Parts: sequence; C-alpha cells; structure tokens
Amino acid sequence: MAEPLLAVSGLRAGYGDVQVLWGVDFAVHPGEIACLVGSNGAGKTTLLRALSGLLPPSEGSIRFAGGELAGASPERVLGAGIAHVPEGRRLFAAMSVRDNLLMGAYLRRDGAAALARDLERIYEVFPILAERRAQDAGTLSGGEQQMCAVARGLMSAPRLLLIDELSLGLAPAVVDQLSDALRALNREGLTLLVVEQDVATALELARDCHVMDSGRITRSAPSEALRNDPAIREAYLGVI
Amino acid sequence: MKRDALRAVAMFVLIALLPLAGDSYWLRLGTTMLMYGVLAISWNFIGGMAGYPSFASAAFFGLGAYAGAVAQKLGAPMGFAWALAGAAALVFAAALGVALLRLRGHYFAIASLVVAEVLRELVNAATDLTGGGMGLNLPIPRLASIEGQAMFFFYAMLALAALAFAAMLAAMHSRLGFGLRCIQQNESAADMLGVNTTLYKVAAFMLSGVFVGVAGAIYASWVHYIEPPDVFDVLYSVKAIVMVLIGGAGSVFGPLFGAALFLSLEELVWRNYLQVHTGVLGLLIVLLVLFLPKGLISLRRRTA
Repeated sequence: MAEPLLAVSGLRAGYGDVQVLWGVDFAVHPGEIACLVGSNGAGKTTLLRALSGLLPPSEGSIRFAGGELAGASPERVLGAGIAHVPEGRRLFAAMSVRDNLLMGAYLRRDGAAALARDLERIYEVFPILAERRAQDAGTLSGGEQQMCAVARGLMSAPRLLLIDELSLGLAPAVVDQLSDALRALNREGLTLLVVEQDVATALELARDCHVMDSGRITRSAPSEALRNDPAIREAYLGVI
Repeated sequence: MKRDALRAVAMFVLIALLPLAGDSYWLRLGTTMLMYGVLAISWNFIGGMAGYPSFASAAFFGLGAYAGAVAQKLGAPMGFAWALAGAAALVFAAALGVALLRLRGHYFAIASLVVAEVLRELVNAATDLTGGGMGLNLPIPRLASIEGQAMFFFYAMLALAALAFAAMLAAMHSRLGFGLRCIQQNESAADMLGVNTTLYKVAAFMLSGVFVGVAGAIYASWVHYIEPPDVFDVLYSVKAIVMVLIGGAGSVFGPLFGAALFLSLEELVWRNYLQVHTGVLGLLIVLLVLFLPKGLISLRRRTA
C-alpha cells in the first residue's frame, strides 16, 4: 500500500491533569474516506483537536505528507493542508454565508481568481449555499449550517478534511445529501477523516473504520469487515 | 470605504471651522468633544470590533497624561512629550494585552478595570517623579493669548481624533478588521481557520491604547495641572463604553456620533440640573440603551 497521508503514533494528550488520549496509533491513506467511531467520551473530538493543533499533544507524533505536525500551531497545520470542521459547526453567525466561506480561505495567498474558482465549485457541490450566499449564516437551517461549515473547511483547499460529528442533529435526508457531496469531493482527490456517532452511516460512507475506546484506537479495519463483525454489531449497531 | 472617508473628511473640515462660529466656551466644548471622540474611537477597536469589554481607557489616559507631564517636567518639548506618551501607552497596552487578553468576557472586564487603580496607586507613591497626591503642574505654553492657546489645543485634539478615525477606518477594511470581527463572533472558530487571534487581539488593544495615551498628554498640557484621581478616573473608561454603545458598537461613525451626543447630554444636564445631574444623565443613558440597543447608527438603517 502507498505511503499514508497521515500517520499518527503514540499520541497522548489531555486537558490539565486529565489525560484523554493514551497512545493513539492509526493511519489515513491518500484518497480515502476514513471514519472514526466510538462511544461518548472515547476521545474522538480530542483526537481531532490534537490533529489540528488546537490541543498540543504531550507525546507522540503526527506525520502528515512527510512532515511532523505534533505541537504545531493551528495556523501551521492548516497551512500544511489539514482543515478541521468542528463539532457544533461554529459558524460566524452574524456574517454572510459568503463571508464565512471566504474566512475559510483566510490563510491562502494564491490570488482572487483561485478563490473565486473554488467558491464557484463549492456552490456547485452545495447549490443551497449559492442561494443563501448573502444571508447571515445564523439564519440557516441545521443542515445548511453543516454544509456551510464543511464548505468553509474546503475553502482552505486542504488535502485532508477532518469533520467532527457530521450527522449530529441532522435529518436523515440531509445526512444522505451531505454524504453524497463528500463522496463527490473524495472522487476528486480529497482525503477525509470523519468522526461519526451514527456507526451505520459511518460504515456506509467510509472505506476504513477506526474504532476508538478509552483514548485508544482499539480496531482499524475495512468497513466491510466491521459491518459483519458480531462484536461491533452488538456494541454499535444494535443488531445481533 | 471611499464614501466613508469622504464623509469623514467633510465632517472634520466642518468641525475645524467651529472656532470661526463660537466663543471660547464653544472652543472648550469642542476640544472636550474631540477628546471624547478619541476615547470612543479607541474603545471601538477592542470593544466594538474584537468584542472585548475593556475598562482600560482610564489607565491609558492617566498613563499618557503622566508620561507627557513628567517628560515636560524633565525638559522635553511639548510635541515630543505627547509622542512619548503615545509610545508609552502603546508599549504598556502590548504588555498588558499579552497578559489580560487570555481572559474573556466578565473576567477580562474586571481585570482591565483594576489596571487604572494600580497605576493610580503607583503614581501616588512615586512622589519624587510625579508629585504624588499633590499633583503635577505643567509649563504654560508660550503662546500669544488665552484664545490662541484654546485654539491650539482644539486643533491638536482635532488632529488626533482625525488620526484615530483614519486608523479605525483603515483597520476595519483590512485583514485585521476582518479577523477581529471573526474573533468577536467566534474566537475558537477564528483560531481554527488560522487567524492569529492572540496577535490580533493585542494589536486591537494597542490601537485602543495609543491614541488615548496621546489624548491624556494633550489634556495634561491643556489644563496645566493633573492629579491622580483626575486622570485615572474610572469615568473615562465608562464614558468611552457608553459613548460607543450610544453611537453603535463596531460601526464607523457610531463612536463619533455617540461622543457628540453624550457630551451634549452631559453639558445640558449639568447646566440645567446641577443638583441631580449625574442621576438625570444616568437615567438618560439607561433609556437610550434600552430603546436603542444598537445605537444611533441603527436609526439611519431603519429609516433607509
């Protein structure tokens, strides 16, 4: 198999005295959609925060595209090509959809033409955002906000997009729509790492799935294998 | 931005013509209004744009006043002393910002509030340099007449207000302004998108300090005598906030309109209700904030 795009090994991090990640090891390969699943408090969000530089890890390494990113600032991580779509979306509510999207391209220096092109591309993938471009982001529906958050992440032209809680609080139809959009982006070469509580959705979307428990990755396997695994079925899918 | 700049130029030219129309009373009022304008514009950087409720204006004002006064006492020419006061406020704001801007919301407000008190105590204690509680006399500028002096300080304050306004306009239309607006709305998201939030917040705080520092120094030269309770008065912090809220936080012309309206109210109330003027003024402010929460600026938008 090709060299992984992202390789995490022995990653430890936490908040103050509370250690959350106890040595995380996993890899994401270029061009794939990977999924991170696990119960509440397993450390999924903390892992994403550590990957995107918001939380400096105490130990371990994050190799991305040949460089080391453990301990780097969010600015450097984003510059290296990892964008983070945070849980709860965190849009700039009183700014227009267009301004939110442009904000995603804050660090880019490749000129207005490239930005305009990417903006048009995003409006193609998410037509509803084009319709609402002049509207304040706070007035969007939940699903539209999630699209706006994903689109804002895309505007930094990342190689790897981290999405935290893709489907949280969204209607099933919206989740399908979002999944389709992500698959389309993936076909164009974007690598994705998606944290998802709804394991059925996750297994359907991703090729590889990483199961997280108590601050460690306890299993990494193709989605197909996990779907047929009795232990996973019992613990996460509610079917025996 | 061009339209705003043209409007501002027209407005400042109009203000500059004020001495033609009025006597020295109006000149004094005009100078005070411009000083209030500087306070309000400065607060708009940190409070309006970045959304950090700073009560540090009084600290910058007093620091600038004493820096300018002490420099002049030691023999520095007036213009140089003013510039020095600005530099002192700038450096102080940078150091203070790095420490205080880690706090958010009420915590930041309280922390910034005590800074002026600490400085006042320090100035009180450093009797050799500052005269302590006895205050400090400043040399009276050698100008032809009393009117000439009044005119001089009016134009000095006008130049400072115009400078502060230009800086605010430039900041609002730059990456800094965009970044600050994002910090105001959602700091963690701004952080995540690669905005260097610490740097931007400190920059906003420095901008909110430097012009106030110079204003303090000009004020000291203008009134010839300063003492700690006068220039470290917490009311400078409160007034700055009230004026911006009256005018419209985060807007371009809001702070100046707010300053003009606030001073008019203050002056009218003070002249007509001498016994209860603070009470009446307070009531008016409460009513304004209750019924016009987004400031005077929002009136125009509503009618337009």
